[in-house]
Amino acid sequence: MTTEAEATPRGLAIICYSGELEKTWAAMILASTAAAMGMPTKVFVTFWGLQTFVKPEKRVTGKNWMQKMLSIMSRPGIAHRKLSKMNFLGMGPWMMFQLAKQYGVSKPAELLEAAAAMGVEFVPCQMTMDMFGLTREDLIDGMGEPVGAATYLSYVAEGSAPIFI
Amino acid sequence: MAADVQVDAKGLNCPMPIVKTAQAIKGLTSGQLLEVLATDPGSVKDFAAWAKTTGNELVEQTVDGGVYRFVMRKK
Repeated sequence: MTTEAEATPRGLAIICYSGELEKTWAAMILASTAAAMGMPTKVFVTFWGLQTFVKPEKRVTGKNWMQKMLSIMSRPGIAHRKLSKMNFLGMGPWMMFQLAKQYGVSKPAELLEAAAAMGVEFVPCQMTMDMFGLTREDLIDGMGEPVGAATYLSYVAEGSAPIFI
Repeated sequence: MAADVQVDAKGLNCPMPIVKTAQAIKGLTSGQLLEVLATDPGSVKDFAAWAKTTGNELVEQTVDGGVYRFVMRKK
């Protein structure tokens, strides 16, 4: 048992691809719990997932009209995630948050804060930033250097378990 | 068994009892005891799994009126 206890557990490498509320929630639960388990944890944030990591005060992001339109059509920020089904103009998420409160379930934003405090590294995808016209200033503080798929795969190659959400 | 630090995770659901435990145990030195109170029935299996993976020892586990009590010794 001692040797097992001495060893650092296997790392976790999450791809946070979806910007939907339920998947964002799952990603934040796994990231915070993995850190609590002592697993070195990295979250590669790409495509719609990157919208979750835009600073709350940012309303319109992007450089050209298409990028701006996309951010207007789908409000960025962790507090504005929509359910993939039964969103009903925000009624669905509202009910989910009411139930979460009733059952002592932490919101994605709280889990993100806990995960970051425990050393989870959130790494933005450079390609997505380019495509959506996002700058590092648009993203929440404390994120890592923007990287590509090869860097994510190097985490897996080095032994971290991959999870795609 | 008197604990050095106590965490009240009553009313909190997965994964917060474990997250709060991990955060609290950081402040302890090796051999010190941490006591956690929780009401999440899933925490029984979760604390065993957490202890096994992190190497901290689960030295005591009791339940009283729906409140689960875990005592862990920091490795």
